[in-house]
Amino acid sequence: MPLLDVRDLKTHFKTDDGIVRAVDGVSFTVEKGKTLAIVGESGSGKSVTCLTIMGLNARANTITSGEALFNDRDLLKLPSDELRKVRGQEISMIFQDPMTSLNPVHSIGKQLREAVQLHASVGKQPANRRAVEMLKAVGIPRAEQRLGDYPHQFSGGMRQRVMIAMALINNPDLLIADEPTTALDVTTQAQILKLMTQLQRDFGSAIVLITHDLGVVAETADDVLVMYAAQPVEQGGYQDIFYRPHHPYTWGLLNSLPRLVTEGTDLKPIPGTPPSLLRPPSGCRFHVRCGYTMDVCPKVEPTLEAVPGQAGHSVACHLEESVKQHEASNLLSQLKTGAKA
Amino acid sequence: MFRYVIRRVLWAIVLMLAVTLITYVMFFAIPVDAARLVAGKSATPAEVKIVAHRLYLDRPIYAQYGHFLYNLVVNHSLGYSYNDRQSVNTTVFAAAPVTASLVFGGALLWMVIAIPVGVLSALRPRSALDRTAMVGVLTGISAHPVWLGYMASFLIGYKLGWLPIQGYCSFSGQNGGAFCGGPADWFTHMVLPWSVFAILYAAFYVRMIRGNVMETMNEDYVRTARAKGAPESLVMRRHVLRNAMLPVVTMLGMDIAIALGGSVLIEVVFGLPGLGAVAVQSVEQFDLPKVMGVVVFAAAIVVIFNLLVDILYAWIDPRIRLA
Amino acid sequence: MAEELLVIEDLEKHFPVMRGIVFKREIARVRAVDGVSLTVHKGETLGVVGESGCGKSTMARCILRLLNPTGGRIVFDGQDITHMRRGKLLPVRRELMMVFQDPYASLNPRKRVGSIVGEALQVHKIGTDAEIKSRVQDLLDVVGLNPEHYNRFPHEFSGGQRQRIGIARALAIKPKMIVCDEPVSALDVSVQAQILNLLKQLQREFDLTYMFIAHDLDVVRHVSDRVAVMYLGKVVELGTGSALYDHPRHPYTGALLSAIPVPDPDIARARVPMVLEGEVPSPINPPAGCRFHPRCPRFHADTCDASEPPLERKDGGSVAACYYPLETWPMADLRMPDGRVGSSSSPA
Repeated sequence: MPLLDVRDLKTHFKTDDGIVRAVDGVSFTVEKGKTLAIVGESGSGKSVTCLTIMGLNARANTITSGEALFNDRDLLKLPSDELRKVRGQEISMIFQDPMTSLNPVHSIGKQLREAVQLHASVGKQPANRRAVEMLKAVGIPRAEQRLGDYPHQFSGGMRQRVMIAMALINNPDLLIADEPTTALDVTTQAQILKLMTQLQRDFGSAIVLITHDLGVVAETADDVLVMYAAQPVEQGGYQDIFYRPHHPYTWGLLNSLPRLVTEGTDLKPIPGTPPSLLRPPSGCRFHVRCGYTMDVCPKVEPTLEAVPGQAGHSVACHLEESVKQHEASNLLSQLKTGAKA
Repeated sequence: MFRYVIRRVLWAIVLMLAVTLITYVMFFAIPVDAARLVAGKSATPAEVKIVAHRLYLDRPIYAQYGHFLYNLVVNHSLGYSYNDRQSVNTTVFAAAPVTASLVFGGALLWMVIAIPVGVLSALRPRSALDRTAMVGVLTGISAHPVWLGYMASFLIGYKLGWLPIQGYCSFSGQNGGAFCGGPADWFTHMVLPWSVFAILYAAFYVRMIRGNVMETMNEDYVRTARAKGAPESLVMRRHVLRNAMLPVVTMLGMDIAIALGGSVLIEVVFGLPGLGAVAVQSVEQFDLPKVMGVVVFAAAIVVIFNLLVDILYAWIDPRIRLA
Repeated sequence: MAEELLVIEDLEKHFPVMRGIVFKREIARVRAVDGVSLTVHKGETLGVVGESGCGKSTMARCILRLLNPTGGRIVFDGQDITHMRRGKLLPVRRELMMVFQDPYASLNPRKRVGSIVGEALQVHKIGTDAEIKSRVQDLLDVVGLNPEHYNRFPHEFSGGQRQRIGIARALAIKPKMIVCDEPVSALDVSVQAQILNLLKQLQREFDLTYMFIAHDLDVVRHVSDRVAVMYLGKVVELGTGSALYDHPRHPYTGALLSAIPVPDPDIARARVPMVLEGEVPSPINPPAGCRFHPRCPRFHADTCDASEPPLERKDGGSVAACYYPLETWPMADLRMPDGRVGSSSSPA
């Protein structure tokens, strides 16, 4: 029984210019205690997917369909005060920019206590104790003294730790992290990722990690979902995505990494830019930028189909299996040798 | 924070000195023979000279200014009016409560209107309420207070007779028992001035509050609060409003301070003998001590009020308090 | 040996911290750049890597005289420009341009693209209006944009396109050198690759020299001939791409390399990365001796905290400022400041 089972999720926003199809048919599962990475670029829909599950989209002008089954309930159909109880207690979310995600005029102690007291009627003292416990767990030195401090008195990395503490304070079953390390320095990123994996072990929570950094995915993910233009293009275990990628977009992402290219040669970026979600391209949305486009691609939208012989691995692409496998093995050898370049 | 306060207080003093100096100098540029005015039309040159001497007018400017400052600081006296033959203190202290009634009452009224309208407009942008409010704002900003004042006075005071046309009644009813007095009279006489005074400011504040609230609602920390499972009412109270109203506090302080310094237009239209009216009168009469007195008093109010507001703001925003 | 186009000697930029009620006195200094010496040769790309607070952006601004250095010398194309006045600096500014990090903030939203790109030409009065327009359209084409979009506003373009506009702007007056301050950090991965390729192509075509500042080591390595690593206002290591990445000598370089997530899951999960403890100290009060010593796994008491190590040539070709440089990479064993032993494998 997966912890979270999302089926054919769609989120459309009504705007003055038309309907923006921000998420257009995403399905995935998250197992207890495991990590799912959702990978994509800006506009891929990865953030909106999670905001929809959490019910954090603006209610006006938003049309949502599909199911998000969590602990036997469909989150998308829950009345708002029920959903509110789930947020922060059974599912928590942390966001990208730690500098702005904390209220500057309340102390972090107050904000941590709020997280506790929203879901349990406890007094100030027990809430404080719990807050200190969590601050210690995330590695903030002198936790008791720092309860009364304000966000501006912490550095970026520290603030992100505080956010993580706040998210895990009620021991949620699932933590959604939306690009949690993108705004941080590389050494701080390493610290935060290490912290998150350790906390996952200690608390047993599942993690949905949204990112555009394939390196982060390689280090932390059990399962991977690659999204493009509001749709899933490839899904599978981490080894499927890195060692047996089957979609031209995934190949493009891997090829864009400087690490994989031998010194002196140019990178092989994906030409063009992500498409508009108001009027996405017809047929396969990636066909405009794909280097392997065939006649059928602009006409027929590919559906997510299982890759023969690889359980749990599915891809949405019209290319023949043999072509995909060929490319996959090319990339694999590049990965292994290029890694030494 | 302590350093900040001390620095602000010192600046306040410097500011006061600058204001008095400039006013004093400006007044001297006006070619009026004050001694003659005071002595009266039929005075002989010798009598004028005696008056001039008594009024210190035969000393150099800086000596006169020095004397004025001494008088102010040591004797707490704002001077002695040429025309009224009474201490300026008396005039000013009689006028101050009138202006204070107008300003504080008006401020209360405009905030009572602006906060709910501003917040609701922000919560439901482009709704019927919002659009009406914005039209109201435009009207409020465009309509000149003098025009509004006279129209209100004429239509509601004269034509309909619902409220007094103009005039002021003191709250305590000790106004020499002349025409009116007591809380009820005071209130009915203030309603129209308050309304006209508030309309303009309410318009500005509705717009500002709406903007602030809309901006704050999009902040990341509001999203974090929702993600923690906070109910919308708590999110609004503790996260949105608390932050959105911070800049409003400063603006409010400044606006009240300025208005206290002299809301001339309203006072003149409605015949309220407040500080603004006194200021106008004393300039017309070339009555230097009264002008100086009003200016000094008003400046002091403005400066002190601003100081208090700055300190209050520094205290409630922890980013400044703990810098 | 190619000629030295830009030479920085002991560059310092300190920002005073003032306190006081009536009369302010300086109570401390933020030592943003604290003694940096670098040379950039004609035609090369010097990469500068470091994390927040290391001073790399401040150094870039000093080089371009957007800030005034508080110490040291900057010699560009043979001229000492450290304290040059505005008038004399103008011709220098034709040769030295900058591309900025944030494509959303570095373009004036009220100006049309053509006007933005042509601004330098206008300022230096190069050519008639018609000539300028034609040159601007050529530049737009060179950076991969449609010359017809001359009259559009920045907000009508995507992030990657805006960065191209920034590059076109820098190229307009045919500078000798361009300082790129994190030009791709704000862009999506696929767009980053496009911009990096463009920069390399332009370098070949126009014989440009680059100083490329970034925090992403992979990106820097890809475009640079030599790389300098900065920490807390100083250069801690400097060497060619392969020397630095395959045989880092300074422990901070090792930590940086180790911190890069590896896109190969087997390797990523097999290694035990060296994760630095603690935070970067404040540049107001840098640690005594070697600035990195409080977080360094190679720390030896009484040397590392006693005096600052000089930047010296080490085995393998790089120069590094360290008394106990890394001897092998991957590091076979590390002694952490608290006595624990860790190990790290390189991303290889």
